This record gives sequence, C-alpha cells and structure tokens, in this order.
Amino acid sequence: MTNKKDGTKIIKVDTLARVEGEGGLYIKVKDNAVQEVRLKIFEPPRFFEAFLRDRDFREVPDITARICGICPVAYQMSSVHAMEDALGVKVEGPLRDLRRLLYCGEWIESHVLHIFMLHAPDFLGYEDAIKMAKDHGEIVERGLKLKKAGNDLMIKIGGREIHPINVRVGGFYKVFKKQQLNDLVEQFKWARDAALETVRWTAKLPFQEFEQDYEFVALRHPDEYPFNEGRLVSSKGLDIDISQFDQHFEEEHVEHSNALHSVLKERGAYFVGPMARFNLNFDQLSPIAKEAAKQAGLPGICKNPFKSIIIRSVEVLYACDEALRILENYEMPDPPFIEIEPKAGTGFACTEAPRGILYHRYTIDDAGKVLDAQIVPPTSQNQKTIENDLWHFVAKYLDLSDEKLTWQCEQAIRNYDPCISCATHFLKLEMDRE
Amino acid sequence: MTKIEKPKLAVWKFASCDGCQLSLLDCEDELLSVAGEIEIAHFPEATRQVIKGPYDLSLVEGSITTPEDAKRIQEVRRVSKTLITIGACATAGGVQALRNFKDVKEFVSIVYANPAYIDTLNHSTPIAEHVAVDFELRGCPINKMQLLEVISAFLANRKPNTPAHSTCIECKRRGTVCVMVAGGTPCLGPVTHAGCGAICPSYQRGCYGCFGPMETPNTLSMSEGWKTSGASEDEIARVFRTFNAWAEPFRKESETHDK
Ligand code: SF4
Repeated sequence: MTNKKDGTKIIKVDTLARVEGEGGLYIKVKDNAVQEVRLKIFEPPRFFEAFLRDRDFREVPDITARICGICPVAYQMSSVHAMEDALGVKVEGPLRDLRRLLYCGEWIESHVLHIFMLHAPDFLGYEDAIKMAKDHGEIVERGLKLKKAGNDLMIKIGGREIHPINVRVGGFYKVFKKQQLNDLVEQFKWARDAALETVRWTAKLPFQEFEQDYEFVALRHPDEYPFNEGRLVSSKGLDIDISQFDQHFEEEHVEHSNALHSVLKERGAYFVGPMARFNLNFDQLSPIAKEAAKQAGLPGICKNPFKSIIIRSVEVLYACDEALRILENYEMPDPPFIEIEPKAGTGFACTEAPRGILYHRYTIDDAGKVLDAQIVPPTSQNQKTIENDLWHFVAKYLDLSDEKLTWQCEQAIRNYDPCISCATHFLKLEMDRE
Repeated sequence: MTKIEKPKLAVWKFASCDGCQLSLLDCEDELLSVAGEIEIAHFPEATRQVIKGPYDLSLVEGSITTPEDAKRIQEVRRVSKTLITIGACATAGGVQALRNFKDVKEFVSIVYANPAYIDTLNHSTPIAEHVAVDFELRGCPINKMQLLEVISAFLANRKPNTPAHSTCIECKRRGTVCVMVAGGTPCLGPVTHAGCGAICPSYQRGCYGCFGPMETPNTLSMSEGWKTSGASEDEIARVFRTFNAWAEPFRKESETHDK
C-alpha cells in the first residue's frame, strides 16, 4: 500500500490468486466515490475458433477440451451436442445417461476444488487450503476425498480426469458393463454423505451482506436439473431455443481485455453459473438436495453471490445423488455410439459447465469440415456482472482498511469461480484512491 | 535448534489451459504430504501467498505467444535454480501452435472485432526456444504420477525416471489388444512418447499423440501405414497437427502431407 503526497492512495496486489488463469483488476476511488472498475484479462489469446476451421467434425471435441483443463467435459459436451444438432442426430437412452454421469464427475471435481481450495480460505482468513488444513485438517481432507470421487468418475467413464479421451460425436468409444461400475456405487454413497456435510459446513461460514438485482440466465429442462439440454431462460423473462442465442446475446470486445464480454442485447449484464441454475431450477433438484438447501437457509432463491459457495455445495450434493441414480439404473448402451455420415449444416448447443452456460455453434460442409465456429464461455458472460458487483461492493465497504477491502474484492471475484483460461493471466489489483 | 529450510517451489503459467498445473492439485492423496516437503512459494492458482525468489524448483506451464511473455520467461529463468517445463504447451508450443502454419493476423480477425487491441506473436513457441530448460515433462495433459516422480526426483537430487520409448510399448505391457492389428484403427502409438499409460487403445480408439513424438520416431513408415489403410493426405497432415504440432518430427511429417 502506498500513500502518495498528493493524497492518492494506491493499493496494488500483483497477483489475484486462486482463480484459473491470469487477469487484473483496476479500481479508482476519488472523494470516497468509485470512479472506475476494470477487470482486465491478460490471458493470451489462443485462437481456437480460428484453427477449428478446416478440421474434421470428429476432431472437434478433443480440440475444444484444450480450452480449459478445469472443465474439459463441458467443452466436449457442448461440441458433441452442437455437431449432432448440425448432423440431425439425437443421442438418447443409456448413452444420454452416460453423458450425464460423466458431467456429474466434472461438476463435483470442479466445484469441490473451488469450495475447499479456492473459496473457503477467504471466509476463514487463510491464504490457501494448505494453511487452512493445519487448523481444519479433517475438513480439507474430506474435501480432497470428495474431489477424488469426482475425478475417479471422470477417469472411469472418460479415461482420465483432464481432457478425457472417451467422448465422441454420437456417443463414446467404449462403454461399460454394469458390474464394472460397482466400485463407483459404493464410493458415491460415501460421497453423497460427505457432500451433505459440506452443505452444512458452508452454511455456517460468515457471509457479507450483499444482494443485487441480477438477471439470472440458465438452461431449463422440463424433467431434470440441467446439464446438456433445455431452453435458455432468465429471471427477467427470456425463454428461447438455443438456436436463437445470437439474436439475443452479443459479444463486445473491450480494450482492457483479451476476452470478449457477452451481454444481453436488450438489457446488458447477466449472471450465469451455479446461482443462476439454482434460482431457475430449484424445483428440479432431487429431494435430498432441496432439503439440504432449505436447511442451509436457501429455500429456492439467493441473490448474494458470496453465498455461491453454499450453492456449489448443494450442486455437488445433487451431482452425487444424480450419479448414484444413474449408476443404480445403469444399462450398458449398445452400440457405444451412433454411426454418423457427414452432411452440411449448422448446429447449436448450450450446456451447463460448472461455471455456467457454454454456447457452441458450428457450420460444417458436406464432407464434415468445419467452416465456422463460435464459442461463448461462461466467464466472458459473467465478466460485466463481476465488474458491476465490484462497483457496488467497493462503494458499500469504503470504510474498510485498504488491505481488507482488497482481499474482499478478490473474494467478490472468486464468488464467480472465474476461469480466465476459458475467457480467453494473473489478476492484478490496483486501486487508486484520490 | 536451526530449522532446515524446505526447497521453494514456484509454478508459472504462460499460454495454456491450466490443465497441467491442475494435475498437481489433482494429487488428492499426495498433495498435503508434498506440501510438507516443499514450500509452495509461488503458485497463484492455489495460494494468495507469494514468497520472494529465488526458487529452487520452477514448474513452467504454457507456451510463449506474446512479446511480454517472451520477456517474462527470461525473468522466470533468472529466479529459478531448476526449471522444468510441464506439458505439450511448454514443451512443444501446444495446440495454440496451430497458428504457426497460418497467418496470425487472419486468426485475430476471425476471433476479435477490434484486432487492434490484441498483441500477439506470429508463432507459439516452446519454453526451450527461449531459455535453458533442465527437464521437459511431456503430455497434454501431463500424467500426475509422472509429475510426482519429477518432484521426488528433484528432492532426492536424481534424474526423473520417465521412459522415452513409445506408447506402443506401454500398450503391450498393459496387455491391450492392438487396435491397428485387430481393428484396423489408425493409431499414433508407434511414434508417440510414452507416459500416459496407453489410455486410448484401452478405450478402443487409436492414440492421437498428445504426449508428442518419442525419440527418433519413424513417422514416415507410420504415414505409409495410414495411407495403406485408406487415409487421405489431408487426414495424415491433420493427425500430426494437434497438441504437439510444432514438435519437429510431427511438424516435418505434417508438412510433407500438407498440400
Ligand atoms: S499441455 Fe495440454 S493440458 Fe497442459 S496446459 Fe497445455 S493444453 Fe492444457
């Protein structure tokens, strides 16, 4: 912290940690009023949409997985569903269930990483989970074991936890006999109990009072909590088919960022991710998840992003419960995939990545070559909302010490579990107080 | 009593997907004991704490794609006693090296509406093209058991035991029926560096080379074989152009098939 002679106060944190990828934050305060908030993304561009051109449609899920090591399944799922949409194929029955099961693994692994290793240390005042483990050993160990359950599911179904190799357009390369999945059933009975404990534990954390009037956007499916399919709905009346995405949303390229900001054409900033899904789909949670949420003081609606840690825990509980349901009712898909002949077309898909909706659109030619690709990741959709939060948060808590305020701004960003790798490198926080 | 200082570990990120550094956090069973033996001094993805260098061991993920990163890697080398690169991005330029075969300006304009805001190099290049590297760990992503081996070897001051033979040999050890021989499925196993444990063939698909080329791979005979089973020139070029496209043996082979 430096205090300049002219009265300007600059708070600078060189690295905002515990986020995936690298970015920076700049906040300017003058006469006790916030003047400017900018979330900068330094993550160097990798040009996926450009080099996807001319690739064969079958190669796309393995390539797009490399956008993000934390949520590769989301990229694979949005890719395969968009390709199948372009090719007029629908994957149903046991294959569809197996995809849902794989996605449960990713939600668990990603959410648990965030809950215990990235977010909880903020609430309890530790710099990281390893220091937290010195005082809360049992809790961190339970978290690690729960994370491992998610990863073990990914390893079994996907082949490995990062960039799984078993997903293909039309289904899977290999499927399993029911008895091959028995070990998972036992492990997930434990995991479901551990997840319930996690909801109870997170509900007792100390929370900031902070609520905003957000527009929540998530998928909505008539029969289930959304993963791979549904209409896109919002808390302010949006209700569209995925193919209409481009009519309602647009990407802006702003100067301080290597990521594209996404906004709703009519209303601007919106909110995606666990809190949006929860608020728009509470009725579709399984009874155990619903009950746990109610007991945690969240009977269906939550507008405080600091509480997203509870909602992530509820989703972990749901994902464990859903994984068990699928495992117990499992029937081996036969054959493991649908044979697909290439044909020209455009396909759209949106799936629920752990951090929120992930939209893909592809146009392919007769031979199955990609002519055009568009990918809108969750973090670029939340970016504007994160900036808005900081704007209001800083204004409300200006009386805090610089050090404390800086840490809490970081926490306010981590509420969104931003994945900057997805959005296109370290968060630098600079704050000018004049 | 004097306290013995633990060696300091730093993790650095350049252009990447974060998957390789995540491998360290994915060591659920070993993470706390690793943290007992080594001080995590700089690892932004895991901790707010930053302990000043120099660092005894630096793990570097990602490739060099911007002018600032080309400068930053020099800085990282200066503060690192041992520097180990992890993953295909760092060892070969990664999937983002696909730009190296094209005009990057065109790439910028495909993705961004305001290309003027983007500052990027024409090529995505491996770390070893910029600074001296003490050891390279392959894979997209790296194998976490191999990562633990590299860290243990560093702590014991010995050479990591990471075999340089082909994936083909791992497959045979594992007892997987050859997907090429049995099913006619094209497979890059014979020319690909070992390390993953030959996962793909055990899932009934051919290896797609995410660990990059093994030492002195016979890519020519590989391509001939693919051709015999009906693969087009374009398909062969693409097969070598994925996550290790800029690794020399794969690059050269793809260029002979790129019309
Ligand atoms: S090598 Fe692959 S897994 Fe590792 S950071 Fe690069 S893209 Fe991600």
